Amino acid sequence: MPLSNEKKKEMFWTMLLSRRLDERAWVLHRQGKIAFHISGIGQEAAQVGAVYAIEKGKDWLVPYYRDLSMLIAMGMSPTDFVMSLMGKAQEPSSGARQMPSHFSLRQANIVSHSAPVATQSPHASGIGLGIKMDGKDEVVLTTIGEGSTSQGEWYEAVNFAAIHQLPVVFLVENNRYAISVPQEKQMAVSSAADKACGLGLPGIEVDGTQMFEVYDAVKEAVDNARKGDGPSVIEAKMYRLTPHSSDDDDRSYRTREEVEHFKKEDPIIVMKEQLIEQGLMTEEEYKTLEEKAKKSVDDAVEEATRAPYPKGEEAATPVYAEEENHD
Amino acid sequence: MTEITMVEAIRQAMDEELARDDRVFIIGEDVGVRGGVFRATQGLFEKYGEERVMDSPLAELTIVGVGVGAALYGKRPICEIQFADFIYPAFNQIVSEASKMYYRSNGQWTVPMVIRAPYGGGIGGGLYHSQSVEAFFTHVPGLKVVIPSNPYDAKGLLKSAVRDPNPVMFFEPKKGYRLIKGEVPEDQEYTVPIGPAKVTREGQDLTVFAYGMMHHYALQAAEKAAEEGIDVEVVDLRTLYPIDQETILKSVRKTSKALIVHEDNLTGGYGAEVAATIAEWGFKDLDAPVRRLAGPDVPAVPFSHPMQEWFMVNTEKIANAIRDLAAF
Amino acid sequence: MPTKVIMPKLGESIVEGTVTAWLKEEGEKIEEYESLLDVETDKVTSEVPSPASGTILKILVPEGETVEVGTILAWIGEPGDNIPDEGKDIDHDDEPVETPDDKSIPDEAVPQKEAGRDEKLGYISPVVSRLAQAKNVDLTKVKGTGMDERITKKDVLKYLEAQESKTEAEIPIWETPADGDLFRPTEMVFAKKDEELPPQKQTTTSGVPGETLPLSPMRKRIAEHMQQSKRIAPHVTTVMEADMSRVARHRAIVNQEAGESGIHLTYTPYLLAAIVSGLKAVPLANSSWTDQGIRIHKHINLGMAVALPEGGLIVPVIMNADELSLVGIAKKVIDLSERARVGDLKPDEVQNGTFTLTNHGIKGSLFATPVINQPQSGILGAGTIQKRPVVVNDAIAIKPMVYLSYTFDHRILDGASADTFLAHVVESLENWQ
Repeated sequence: MPLSNEKKKEMFWTMLLSRRLDERAWVLHRQGKIAFHISGIGQEAAQVGAVYAIEKGKDWLVPYYRDLSMLIAMGMSPTDFVMSLMGKAQEPSSGARQMPSHFSLRQANIVSHSAPVATQSPHASGIGLGIKMDGKDEVVLTTIGEGSTSQGEWYEAVNFAAIHQLPVVFLVENNRYAISVPQEKQMAVSSAADKACGLGLPGIEVDGTQMFEVYDAVKEAVDNARKGDGPSVIEAKMYRLTPHSSDDDDRSYRTREEVEHFKKEDPIIVMKEQLIEQGLMTEEEYKTLEEKAKKSVDDAVEEATRAPYPKGEEAATPVYAEEENHD
Repeated sequence: MTEITMVEAIRQAMDEELARDDRVFIIGEDVGVRGGVFRATQGLFEKYGEERVMDSPLAELTIVGVGVGAALYGKRPICEIQFADFIYPAFNQIVSEASKMYYRSNGQWTVPMVIRAPYGGGIGGGLYHSQSVEAFFTHVPGLKVVIPSNPYDAKGLLKSAVRDPNPVMFFEPKKGYRLIKGEVPEDQEYTVPIGPAKVTREGQDLTVFAYGMMHHYALQAAEKAAEEGIDVEVVDLRTLYPIDQETILKSVRKTSKALIVHEDNLTGGYGAEVAATIAEWGFKDLDAPVRRLAGPDVPAVPFSHPMQEWFMVNTEKIANAIRDLAAF
Repeated sequence: MPTKVIMPKLGESIVEGTVTAWLKEEGEKIEEYESLLDVETDKVTSEVPSPASGTILKILVPEGETVEVGTILAWIGEPGDNIPDEGKDIDHDDEPVETPDDKSIPDEAVPQKEAGRDEKLGYISPVVSRLAQAKNVDLTKVKGTGMDERITKKDVLKYLEAQESKTEAEIPIWETPADGDLFRPTEMVFAKKDEELPPQKQTTTSGVPGETLPLSPMRKRIAEHMQQSKRIAPHVTTVMEADMSRVARHRAIVNQEAGESGIHLTYTPYLLAAIVSGLKAVPLANSSWTDQGIRIHKHINLGMAVALPEGGLIVPVIMNADELSLVGIAKKVIDLSERARVGDLKPDEVQNGTFTLTNHGIKGSLFATPVINQPQSGILGAGTIQKRPVVVNDAIAIKPMVYLSYTFDHRILDGASADTFLAHVVESLENWQ
């Protein structure tokens, strides 16, 4: 079933809101109001396109730390995110134990992940194994940066999913850099999708600035997985428009010209023009969306600023579960 | 009551847990048709099928990483690492993921899983089939670390581990798999709680703290010492992490002398934690310095028999340490 | 409230006493310090004074009965007083509880030692320092038995125990503050302690090179058995010598007649046969001490100590030796000692002996003071048989002589009866037919 116009507009709104929220994080950092931010600017189209291909609340998302747009799409509020930036007690991913952007939302089947890269990939396969064992028609979407596909952990996870034909979609968000190291120094293939063939599953390459193309590619993979046809690797190519994190200086490893070049392919711009071109959105409507986004972000910052910090001693728990969490 | 071996006790525990709870499954290398290289899963593949007694690829990280995922989904995986020596590829998943999941998600996600691994030397296994790895994990909050010393505890503790909502490292003294026999109730459901250490021999003169194979030897050494008039108390630590400070300190209050025995290398070994606990909280009860008897600080257990003997702590070495401490 | 009269502890190591006579009857009036009853123990007989003035309300232990020290013997009070329902319970003190502060020796302030190295005392462990402070112990007065003679926790506890008994011994019974009971039996604690073996002192090897031999179960059993025997039975050894000429002659003839195939006689069967005849003459020597009385055994079951090749010894028993001939005894000796050496004895072949022979002369020993094999009452040691000049009818003759050392339980036999037995043995050997 093709995406409705409403759905497409909703997807664009999600991109836009995430972008403005992400930008605000940089501002807050430079204001000295937060300690750290890791950005997803430039990756919104792929993230939103992919996450709309799974069923919210039924399927599983095993993300990585640049997936802000995915989280916003899945129900994390801007206030939730700003609270995580500020380390506020009510931050939903970890109660402010983790750094910002280390997401977890149990009610949305979004699994907690860590900073060591690729550690989430075997979890996705394990969840896929559980789904298969129970004979459910759920699907797991897991994401990763292209640099992290160098990790054995990713290969092992994909290998295991391929062996057992598990319902897992491995999405590689290829933003061309792993901090400073370009793709050429991560792999000898032009696309991480090429790695799939050696492991016995389909590898698909897609333009990550094209939200609906990503949606289509991931949707097909998800449908296959749900049918029992096994896992896929999808690589979405994009460009990390910001430095790696709030503390990084990207001038040391890439030219301003290069960055300027890719700014022209900024997915916000690409998708905005596309929607206007297709008559799905007017310039007026876009302006309204921008205002709405700004207000939403302003409100989030205000609300999050008012929210309390955790008490120091709250860090003592929870170390051990008394019982398994079934929620 | 029937007398069975350690490995049979472990097999029974898994059999019963597989039967009790269909969320439980085993994953590991050669655990399926082969029944495990130590036969700990013998017959389970035939009984429960390949999906619940699953041969993994030859990749320890996969075993544990997939196990974590399955646990997140709601399964209760029992991950077998063929030899504790092979656990390091999975170290990241255990220490960075499984142990921290509950904390880092502020209680949203639990990882109810067991990681079983045979450990220890004295079986001619050389550097890479003899290691004791517990100290790496007793440093990690969020994990529980259990090492049984006899069939009764092995079965009861493993069943508890499978039912525990947290990741449990379950290290099995492989030398004792067939060597150590003991009575285990037939047709009677029981578990042994994770947490408490156990005084396995009452004594007045000094306490030997040990676990696993070394506990087996410690009891023998205590009997030897008894013939010489030294009245030794023996404590089986059983659950290494979290540490049972209460039982340790209670025994030190009684005997005022402590000897800690493990097979793992001395420096930074688990004995250091027990010794520190005693020094910190039991100082005024001490009548002698806390002693440790442990494997020497060489990288691992050598293969050749005489060198292996040199490395291994045994009954006689424990008895000598007991004599020394008693004479202090 | 009535006052109790208890069985007093009339000496060190005394654990019980017998009421031999009540000097007053129930209902009679008595003054404090007036003699109330006679008590006999194995050491003394004593009059016991009344602990209080009043009427004898109840006598609980009749004349002739032996009871443990501390047992309530009677109650003294005013007519109509209720007697507490304590029956014949022994009035034990509570066991001292090991808490740091409850049993201090309060008299004077003593110098305290911190844990660590002390110039004079060596290493003071934390627990020793803590105990000393809590119980006010002057550590310079405690003898150290640990490594380099440091003071161990056990040393302090032992010292405290000794101090406690000393302290209490110094306080006259009548000054002991209590509920009116003059014979307050805290001593029971010590009487009990006497019963137990003192803890084995751990010999420190510090400074003296050497190795510790592990104790085999047999070594342990022998040690326990010997120690126990020495403790419970007052040992006396009496020695006589016997001329073995006739036995030697008889033995030579029998062995010659038997040739190579028959039974080859050693001196042991002769000694055993002589013991049988001695025991028949003095049945008191074939007996065991029991609390009910001296038990004279109907049969004569002779144990004989056999040294084992790998060390240690075992004592197989020839049952009903009084019914066996010399050759019968000899056969038994050969059979049992052979099987003893290869460890092939059945449990019931080392039990129920009534008397024991030990042949310590084998390696040249002349006489010895053997230890009784409990619960028997005597053991006979035979020294080496050696030719010695002896005076016979005022002439010097050379005779094969043996010293016979007889250790007997002085609870059962006195010197006279013991010597009567031994003389019978000697006579039997010297007049062998």
